[in-house]
Amino acid sequence: MKTQPISSGSEWTFELIQRYDHEIGLLADEYRLDTYPRQIEIISAEQMMDAYSSIGMPIGYHHWSYGKQLLQVEQNYRRGQMGLAYEIVINSNPCIAYLMEENSMMMQALVIAHAAYGHNSFFKNNYLFRAWTNADAIVDYLIFARNYIRQCEERQGETAVEQLLDSCHALMNFGVDRYHHPPELSLLQEQARQEERETYLQSQVNELWRTIPVAATANEHRRRRNFPEEPQENILYFVEKNAPLLQPWQREIVRIVRKIAQYFYPQRQTQVMNEGWATFWHYTLINTLYDRGLVDDGFMMGFIHSHSNVIYQPPFNSPYYSGINPYTLGFSMMSDIRRICEAPTDEDRDWFPDIAGSDWLSTLDQAMRSFRDESFILQFLSPTLIRKLRLFNIFDDDRKQRLEVTAIHDEHGYREIRKSLSNQYNIGRNEPNIEINHVEIEGDRSLTLRHTLSQRRPLHGNTTEVLRHLARLWGFTVRLETVDSRNHVIKSQECPIKASPE
Amino acid sequence: MSQIIDRRLNGRNKNAVNRQRFIRRYRAQIKRAVSDAIGDRSISDIDSGERIIIPSKDIAEPTFRHGQGGERNIILPGNEEFVSGDQLQRPQAGSSRGDSQASNEGEGNDQFSFQISREEFLDFFFDDLALPDLIKTQLATLVETRPARAGYSQQGIPANINIVRSLQGALARRIALGGSKRRRIRELEETLEKLARNGGDNEQKKTLQEELRNLHKKLKRIPFIDDFDLRYNNHIDIPKPITQAVMFCLMDVSGSMDEERKDIAKRFFILLYLFLTRQYERIELVFIRHHTSASEVDEKAFFHARETGGTVVSSAIKLMDEIIRERFSHGDWNLYAAQASDGDNWGDDSPLCRQLLDDRILPQLQYFAYIEIGAQPHQSLWQEYCQISDKHGHFAMQAIASASDIYPVFHKLFKKQARG
Repeated sequence: MKTQPISSGSEWTFELIQRYDHEIGLLADEYRLDTYPRQIEIISAEQMMDAYSSIGMPIGYHHWSYGKQLLQVEQNYRRGQMGLAYEIVINSNPCIAYLMEENSMMMQALVIAHAAYGHNSFFKNNYLFRAWTNADAIVDYLIFARNYIRQCEERQGETAVEQLLDSCHALMNFGVDRYHHPPELSLLQEQARQEERETYLQSQVNELWRTIPVAATANEHRRRRNFPEEPQENILYFVEKNAPLLQPWQREIVRIVRKIAQYFYPQRQTQVMNEGWATFWHYTLINTLYDRGLVDDGFMMGFIHSHSNVIYQPPFNSPYYSGINPYTLGFSMMSDIRRICEAPTDEDRDWFPDIAGSDWLSTLDQAMRSFRDESFILQFLSPTLIRKLRLFNIFDDDRKQRLEVTAIHDEHGYREIRKSLSNQYNIGRNEPNIEINHVEIEGDRSLTLRHTLSQRRPLHGNTTEVLRHLARLWGFTVRLETVDSRNHVIKSQECPIKASPE
Repeated sequence: MSQIIDRRLNGRNKNAVNRQRFIRRYRAQIKRAVSDAIGDRSISDIDSGERIIIPSKDIAEPTFRHGQGGERNIILPGNEEFVSGDQLQRPQAGSSRGDSQASNEGEGNDQFSFQISREEFLDFFFDDLALPDLIKTQLATLVETRPARAGYSQQGIPANINIVRSLQGALARRIALGGSKRRRIRELEETLEKLARNGGDNEQKKTLQEELRNLHKKLKRIPFIDDFDLRYNNHIDIPKPITQAVMFCLMDVSGSMDEERKDIAKRFFILLYLFLTRQYERIELVFIRHHTSASEVDEKAFFHARETGGTVVSSAIKLMDEIIRERFSHGDWNLYAAQASDGDNWGDDSPLCRQLLDDRILPQLQYFAYIEIGAQPHQSLWQEYCQISDKHGHFAMQAIASASDIYPVFHKLFKKQARG
């Protein structure tokens, strides 16, 4: 049966977008993609820049750093460095995907497939997103956050709020819970809870810092116990709950920043997979449209052009090289898994006995659901792909004059490369290991952080500034001790603060 | 089925506030960049926007992260010639090779650059400059006023009646005056109803009904609207500061003023013009050039035509005086004058200039700025002007040696003065 292409030419209309979305939706069902309902929004280029600079939050509170982002995006756009806004998609229910009005019909279809179906299904099903984010509540929460911060600005003055946010942003990456998560609430519940929280929190803090003498035995007990009993990795959480001098509104803002960091935490851990998954699906869906005669050759030429731009990986010695392209790596891995399922070689059978020859749809689906970048690479990076990308490992030791190539794409190197690449995506390893170790409850109320050195990698030069921010939040002296693997303190720096009158 | 929404008409500049906050926060750095920029370019470009460059480290947002050093494994793509065990030269420090996270915040670069608009640029450019004595003259010569709303009053002309306010007042008065009567009416009606149900005393019923009728009559007599309900929109006259100015540009075009000096003068005048346009809604320019005789010319002739001959400065000052008397009567206009010259003058003429300025011109002027272009030793004109400068606060003089002095000198001439 001969089918008519949905459209010819590059102009888009709302009817056409609807048609494409409908057809892509039918295919997505065939491929058993499980998605949130979709909300596709058409916006202008300026709006896209706006959205870009608020790090993809549809509603953001005001802060100068977003202005800085905006200026940067504008500048890049003007210089033509950036093919602006391929896609922005928001992990919400319904899932919001932005289409830019300047794009051609082909691009709109591509973005619909990529964002509204690809990313969308990833958000809905990947275990990290399921555990850490609540797509139903995020938009409400952002509205709450924005309103709350605006109120604070009115009451406390913009400067005070700005300084507080600066400090929180400095510690944002250390405002993440890695283990458990409470369910999120809707806007109204959040507001109601916020007020209760203010009073409750303050009472808890008061309890901790009580200076009225306690009965001798209890006192003894308190003294022997270290506070916190376990080292705390979520610095912002600790500050919110325990900082002695913060006002209730300040605690709430710390909490807001922490919540937003938590919301983005899964995205930081699944960049390769998320982009790979979405790219794999736009590629597969659009190709299927083509196979069924729903798009014409012109459309396909344009599509292939865009697609290959997206997954281009410049080699390491190219002037355009800026790290491994997550689209390339992710797309190649997803496609490679399909290949291993459909047409495994002996090598694949050897390396991936349990997936070689299996049903590719369910294998991919399983992979998408239960991994993050680090474990995904460790599990699925195949020798075929290592050869294809010609990956090699360099060992850089600052005590040695020269760098050493320790592994290339050969029989001896595969495992090391896979391990090393997986590590490269391990946030826990890339970020310094810093925890709150001790608070001097009885004495000067100083806070001690412990930085455990890994592979002798020192902290960045701006650490003192971060400490200053932390000291501003904590209100008393903050200390950072660096310990080596044998737990010996090898370096210590301190950021004192003048005791403010109480 | 997805929902498709057209958001193109929604607000565009969601981030405008953030941008403003950024600019406010880095005011000092941006100002520095602006003044650096001025040295580099011709004055005619000043009137456009500017690309601002500030060092990235000034605006970096600190976070805990790893610095250089220690041991690292880096995976790179695109191997061509290496086999394992190869040793390589370490690439130069600072190149962000292999640092896959570095690029998206632009922290790999040492500079952060962005565009600011013409308005913003000029704001920074003239940030701490002010027109001397501006406020004083405004207060001294208040002539025009404009009406402004000022709430409501009880007196006024019918055309100004505010209907909503008046009726609100009337309603309130009717409620207040009728309150007790209405309450009594309700009571009476209830009693009457009770009586009707119980078939009670006819006599009592009658008196009650009588009272009820009276009350209704009284209620009706409360007027719907009364004189003292009326409210009128109130207007008061607010004095309007004079927002028009004239600038006299006096330039020596004699043979000794070469192209370079003229260029410097021209730049200075443009700067002054830009500065004044930001202070006044309306500004008129009068160009006067002179050698041995002075003439009023248009802008093009002023900046471009060449003349030769000797110099008589007083001719220009006389002409200026005439123009002021003819066209710009004192009080309606703020008068400014700037004179550029190489200091050359007929020896006998300089005292005359001083006298003219002293007696006729300066009393009418807001500000007179004299710049002398050229590095040679000062001549008679400078000496004479020095005397004026000592005597009059609103006379300023500066010497410019080269183009790079223009902005600093301009800055000196119009620096905001701290006043008690």
